[in-house]
Amino acid sequence: MSENGHTTNGAVKLTRKDFQTDQEVRWCPGCGDYSILAQVQKVMPELGIPKEKIVFISGIGCSSRFPYYMNTYGFHTIHGRAPAFATGVKVANPDLQVWVITGDGDALSIGGNHFMHALRRNVDLKIILFNNRIYGLTKGQYSPTSELGKRNKSAPMGTIDYPINPLSLAFAAEATFVGRSMDVDPKHLATMIERLAAHKGSGFLEVYQNCNIFNDGTFKNFNEREVKEDRMIQLEHGKPLIFGKNKNKGIRLNGVTPEIVTVGENGVTVDDLLVHNENAREPNLPYILGRMQFPEYPVPVGVFRAIERPTYEQMLVGQISTAVETKGAGSLEKLINSGETWVIN
Amino acid sequence: MSATTLEETVTKLPIEELEAVTIRFAGDSGDGMQVTGGQFTATSAVIGNDISTLPDFPAEIRAPAGSLPGVSGYQLNFSSRDIHTPGDEPNVLVAMNPAALKVNIKDLEPGGILVLNTDEFNDGNLKKAGYTANPIDDGSLSGYRVFKLPITSLTLKALENSSMPFKQRERCKNFYALGLMYWLYDRPMEPTLKWIDDKFGAKPEVAEANVMALKAGYNYADTMELFTSHYHVGKAQIKPGKYRNITGNEATAIGFITASQLAGRPLFYGSYPITPASDILHELSKHKNFGVKTFQAEDEIAAIGAAIGASFAGHIGLTGTSGPGVALKSEAIGLAVMTELPLIIIDVQRGGPSTGLPTKTEQADLLQAMFGRNSESPVGIVAPATPGDCFKMAVEAVRLATKYMAPVFFLSDGYLGNGSEPWEIPSLDSLPEMKINFRTEVEGFFPYMRDEKTLARPWAIPGTPGLEHRIGGIEKKHITGNVNYEPDNHDFMVRLRAEKIQRMQQDIPPLEVFGAPEGKVLVLGWGSTYGAITTAVEQMRERGHAVSSAHLRYLNPFPSNLGDVLKRFETVIIPELNLGQLCMLIRAQFLIDAVSFSQVKGKPFKVSALVNKIKEYL
Repeated sequence: MSENGHTTNGAVKLTRKDFQTDQEVRWCPGCGDYSILAQVQKVMPELGIPKEKIVFISGIGCSSRFPYYMNTYGFHTIHGRAPAFATGVKVANPDLQVWVITGDGDALSIGGNHFMHALRRNVDLKIILFNNRIYGLTKGQYSPTSELGKRNKSAPMGTIDYPINPLSLAFAAEATFVGRSMDVDPKHLATMIERLAAHKGSGFLEVYQNCNIFNDGTFKNFNEREVKEDRMIQLEHGKPLIFGKNKNKGIRLNGVTPEIVTVGENGVTVDDLLVHNENAREPNLPYILGRMQFPEYPVPVGVFRAIERPTYEQMLVGQISTAVETKGAGSLEKLINSGETWVIN
Repeated sequence: MSATTLEETVTKLPIEELEAVTIRFAGDSGDGMQVTGGQFTATSAVIGNDISTLPDFPAEIRAPAGSLPGVSGYQLNFSSRDIHTPGDEPNVLVAMNPAALKVNIKDLEPGGILVLNTDEFNDGNLKKAGYTANPIDDGSLSGYRVFKLPITSLTLKALENSSMPFKQRERCKNFYALGLMYWLYDRPMEPTLKWIDDKFGAKPEVAEANVMALKAGYNYADTMELFTSHYHVGKAQIKPGKYRNITGNEATAIGFITASQLAGRPLFYGSYPITPASDILHELSKHKNFGVKTFQAEDEIAAIGAAIGASFAGHIGLTGTSGPGVALKSEAIGLAVMTELPLIIIDVQRGGPSTGLPTKTEQADLLQAMFGRNSESPVGIVAPATPGDCFKMAVEAVRLATKYMAPVFFLSDGYLGNGSEPWEIPSLDSLPEMKINFRTEVEGFFPYMRDEKTLARPWAIPGTPGLEHRIGGIEKKHITGNVNYEPDNHDFMVRLRAEKIQRMQQDIPPLEVFGAPEGKVLVLGWGSTYGAITTAVEQMRERGHAVSSAHLRYLNPFPSNLGDVLKRFETVIIPELNLGQLCMLIRAQFLIDAVSFSQVKGKPFKVSALVNKIKEYL
């Protein structure tokens, strides 16, 4: 940390290298985490924020080693609790840009409670969840996002736990920004990281991340190059939901159920398709999109929801200002002498 | 104010002078006994008595009316001499219903005054309290001076012109009872009238009804010549100064605000509601104009996690709870040990294990504070001795935590937190200086470099250019702070963290001995047993016994002279509201045959119990 990082203000143009540390990156060769780290380091200089004002906070798990590799302030905390630590940092100093790096076990299993409450409070935190649908660091047990029936170290006959959908949880918890991307699409990932960075409030980005050791290829059915155009769909604000190699398939709503239609067949036109609105006040539509899974549906990526709402720390700082305005700045003399007092001579 | 008021209250009945009185108000948990006791206390303090209180309320908010678990009590001792405890046995018991009588009568001194609200002694209530015969007329109370008064109907009669609904009028009976007691003990009504006005000013009919009930009770006692005499407890010889009445939890809250102001850094309080610590959260949340940030977290773990995060970012990170909450926070405390961040953990101890006795007091978390984490994870521990002392020890906890970059426990308990005493308001100049020096110099910076004297690492907060660094729960390389798994480095770091806490000793005052510095018996205490121990030892010394006492406010590390103090006595007795936790530490560290005197009833020690124990060793 001493040989670099002498930035004194935002005016200095930083490069990707400025965000790298001298610590050897210790993820398994071929891990999807490398791609996420590379994209975060690539996006960082473009944000124009001095690196001393950036903090990366993580819990426990493979993904949570992330802060050690970012030449910013960093805190590798305890399992599942990163959002709590991050809340304390952000509330103490709202000028900082605070990122939370977590995994499917960390955020959704042991840390489900903190994940939910950080989102509902709308603390301005940028939460990236590396979802590899497995416990990697403890060597291959099933996670809360593992598919039903998956065989692994702790479920040799297949899991009997129904998985949770991280996006459903985020919507239910009132997250003001919800997005999804994947390690194998660096360009899209970079765009999503930029969007997350720009959001004011609790932001959540799920990243499909391949664990090539314990759960290799869990997403490849739909995100491999040859199939992804037909099996995935990119959400774009204000645009109809169109996908497919020939750009002729689309999503139409039938009541509250999405259905796949082909434009130009059976009288279907583009006008029949669902138009994505990431700014809708209520999360009903994005919730429906977040539930679309392969093989029934193409898997959506992009920004599902992005709405504005006062943040927790803004409101807290606001209450402090109001208290100072109405009561005056705190006086210790007055405080200790408050209530009924008497003098003994 | 008090002088004129006292003269005005002189009436035709004789006034007897008493040195000290202990009153217990007891009733249903909805009867307002805490308010009644609190008002009697505040008034007694204002007119110059020394006071000590013991509120005792059930865990249930509203247990079934009239039932034994629903009884709420408030005991106070007021005196014309220096006192340290709420009194062993009440001289007076006010019982608002049969259940209150049943629960409390065994504590009333023989021949004591018993005031009963006869209206409530009906068949239903008697049955709920488990009485087969009405104690009012079965002769079972003949050993007491019983005053049978229909307090509920007298209150309703006094309020017959009030526009309030029946239920609300009935609820004023606690003020009626307070009026009776004010007359009996020659107290002025003005402080309570003013309090009613402040509290209910927005609801004039409620304020008026309470005022009428209070005055009616007072006048009834006066004009009916209800009691054969009334009593006067003169002013205590209290050290000159300016005083206020304060509970331990209030003193804790304003102590931490004061500490943060002295340190020049905002206070961040992360907490999850828990009895008996919640009042600290309530109090702190009122003081946002001091820049105090209170965060009511989703659970105990988030509360401490946020506090550690705030500390990392340069605030005074504070979290508060009771024993079960400490259990949940253990892992995070370990992280604060590893990352060497200042953090204060308030534990307002209560009866346990598990949920235990949520509203009752105990001192059984000492070893949890000391050792209740995985591996070697030393922390500082301080413990206030009295409600007012919570203020001073809060400042001390912050001073040590920030100077040594380490977690520090603040071990209060339910008795201290809810109990109150007159507190001499300190002069701000007398408070210690607290310098916080954040590291800003880039040249030569390493996150785990050390201050030579304290072994503290630098506090380099996010936002400081050029000092970007990473911390976390994985073992650190000495100086650089990088992740490190080498055996020798780990051994070194474990010892270094222990040594750092030990070095707090150079910053804590020596232990003072009350009484002769040597002799037959030393009574060594910590925490809320101070009052009972001091009173017992005072009594023994007045009778010429070679007994001294010493009270530990710093439990880890101990004061440097503790070993020398212990050596000068033939016997060291350690009274604790646990099964001998301090005793275990003392025996282990000093190899002396200390005697444990333990009690775990959810209540403080009685002075008489301590006196009897001490006598065994003389």
